[in-house]
Amino acid sequence: MLEIKNLHASIGDNEILKGLNLTIPDGEIHAIMGPNGSGKSTLSYVLSGKPDYEVTDGSVTFDGQDILALAPEERAAAGLFLAFQYPIEIPGVANMTFLRAAMNAQRKARGEEEISTPDFLKLVRQKAPDLGMSPEMLRRGVNVGFSGGEKKRNEILQMALLEPKLCILDETDSGLDIDALKVVAHGVNALRSPTRSMLVITHYQRLLDHIIPDVVHVMHKGRIVRSGGKELALELEESGYAAYEQDAA
Amino acid sequence: MSAMDAPVRTPLRPVRTAAEEALALTLQATLDAEAGQGRIGEVRRAALDAFRAHGLPHRRVEEWKYTDLRAAVRDVPPLSTAPDAAAEAEALALVPSVPDAARILFVAGAFARGASDLAALPEGVAALPLDSAIAAADPLADRIGALSPDRYDAALALNTGFLKEGLTLHVDAGARVARPVHLAHAFPGGKPAAGFTRTVIVVGAGAEVTLVESFSGTVGVAYHANHAMELVVGDGATVHLVRLQEEGDAALHLGTLMLEMGRGAKLNHFSLAQGAALSRFSVYGRFAGTGAQGSLSGVTLARGRQHADTTLLLDHAVAGCESRELFKTVLADASHGVFQGKIVVRRDAQKTDGRMMSKALLLSDAAEMDNKPELEIFADDVQCGHGATVGALDDKMLFYLRSRGLPQAEAELLLIQAFVGEAVEQVESEALRELLMDRMVAWLAKRAA
Repeated sequence: MLEIKNLHASIGDNEILKGLNLTIPDGEIHAIMGPNGSGKSTLSYVLSGKPDYEVTDGSVTFDGQDILALAPEERAAAGLFLAFQYPIEIPGVANMTFLRAAMNAQRKARGEEEISTPDFLKLVRQKAPDLGMSPEMLRRGVNVGFSGGEKKRNEILQMALLEPKLCILDETDSGLDIDALKVVAHGVNALRSPTRSMLVITHYQRLLDHIIPDVVHVMHKGRIVRSGGKELALELEESGYAAYEQDAA
Repeated sequence: MSAMDAPVRTPLRPVRTAAEEALALTLQATLDAEAGQGRIGEVRRAALDAFRAHGLPHRRVEEWKYTDLRAAVRDVPPLSTAPDAAAEAEALALVPSVPDAARILFVAGAFARGASDLAALPEGVAALPLDSAIAAADPLADRIGALSPDRYDAALALNTGFLKEGLTLHVDAGARVARPVHLAHAFPGGKPAAGFTRTVIVVGAGAEVTLVESFSGTVGVAYHANHAMELVVGDGATVHLVRLQEEGDAALHLGTLMLEMGRGAKLNHFSLAQGAALSRFSVYGRFAGTGAQGSLSGVTLARGRQHADTTLLLDHAVAGCESRELFKTVLADASHGVFQGKIVVRRDAQKTDGRMMSKALLLSDAAEMDNKPELEIFADDVQCGHGATVGALDDKMLFYLRSRGLPQAEAELLLIQAFVGEAVEQVESEALRELLMDRMVAWLAKRAA
């Protein structure tokens, strides 16, 4: 599904990813853990094509396609989805308008027919209640006046509607209480499928109690420094990232 | 306005441009031929004298600092003549369709009887072409000029000097008029012409009416459209007024709205400006009755080298009135937007509540916005505020939308629509909101193409 080789990326003069390698096979959930500043969020932005970052070396192959040359919208249409750590508020654009525009833009890019209004409404009515998204929240401006938890649920709703092949969840647990975390994790788990992979970026182990990963990677100073099974997350919770800090020192 | 509003003027230069000479001569000839006797004749001659004295305004005239009319007006096209059936048909093709409305049409500034629903106006509404109204000594014709501001305004002086075409419209006290009345102005054909129209509207006490004004014309033709409206909103009356300025891209559009609000009167005005090479829309509003509420909002869209100016002067003369102004400007390419808004609160106008906001979105580095909001307060117990912002599209929002699959152009369109939408929201009628959004989306789609 996703193959990252020797990825180097900078923002301004500051190199943040320094030769990162990562392979995620179809249907697997991989977690990336690491201390603050290790480059986890940068990786998610570079994969989704945020213009502020410059890739200086390496390759990213998604479903056999080199995606580094693609615009963010082309990556989205190819099936890549980033659930933002801090979802953006867009006053004046109704959530429903946004969701439908996103679905249709992706369909159009793939040469598919636009979704009809009744079909769209049916789909939203089917998916929104599980995530606790009220009709009122769907009418409001995108993320406007949403709590932290509501914003994250809105991200997962978008994911459920867009049905991406690769979901990148950037610190989806940040700012969530345990109940909100469960709702979000439930929504994510409902999307698990043999044809869908996930990259779960988190600072804490607790999210991984609810979204069980196949592989856990430790990221430090812009590289993957260790990989293991889900028990690695527990080990990190015990020992913290101090060992890696010392290695680097 | 009183002397305290009078700006300090630089001494006038006797130098006249060719356009000024031409305008003064044409005006003189027109007056000699048709001004006649009586009050209207006097009003027109006074306008000519004022124009002779002051001419076209330029950068050193405070209120025209950002819109140098003297430099912009080089040629003066000939005065328009009465339209024939072919011109009427061509004009109608340019006019936007307003759902369910009764329409009155002016072709290049001249009343088009054949294409106007004068006899089929909604109940409670009576209208007369201006020349008939003057000839018949209609009481509304007698009010012409009654709402003129104290300060010299070249656009209005020319409109008054050439005063002949236009309309008087009266809404009976207490009438609830459901159907909108559409006052359509169009300049068809390939030859530039100059047209001057004056509309005098009195809305009786407690009445409610919706008025739509539209201005359109042939693309690429440098015609001059000069329109002025005098509107009296009677005690307790409610007026919804929507203005669609979609002139051809080479046109000069000078628009003036003079407004008087009675006791407890309500005005909900929206203006869309997206046409003309150079446009200026001036509003002189007077809150003359306690408890009057005025909401003035608008959107300006400009591209290429378009220049669009909105200038408001709102005079709170009595206590307890409320005014709300929200103007949005979207500027592409090397276009230039101007917003000047001044709220004057007189000494007796206690408890005035006035809020004015101008927000501009620049889509290009070469675009320019000049914002000049002003408050002049002589009362001590008022709530007034103003604000102005200029910015670009938000990169974070754009990336968020693109990361969901929206192409750049579509993401921009969505954000621009959201930006102007806040102003359009002020329009109460859903049908008119839709009409406005449709016109704007069409404009924005053309920009993207």
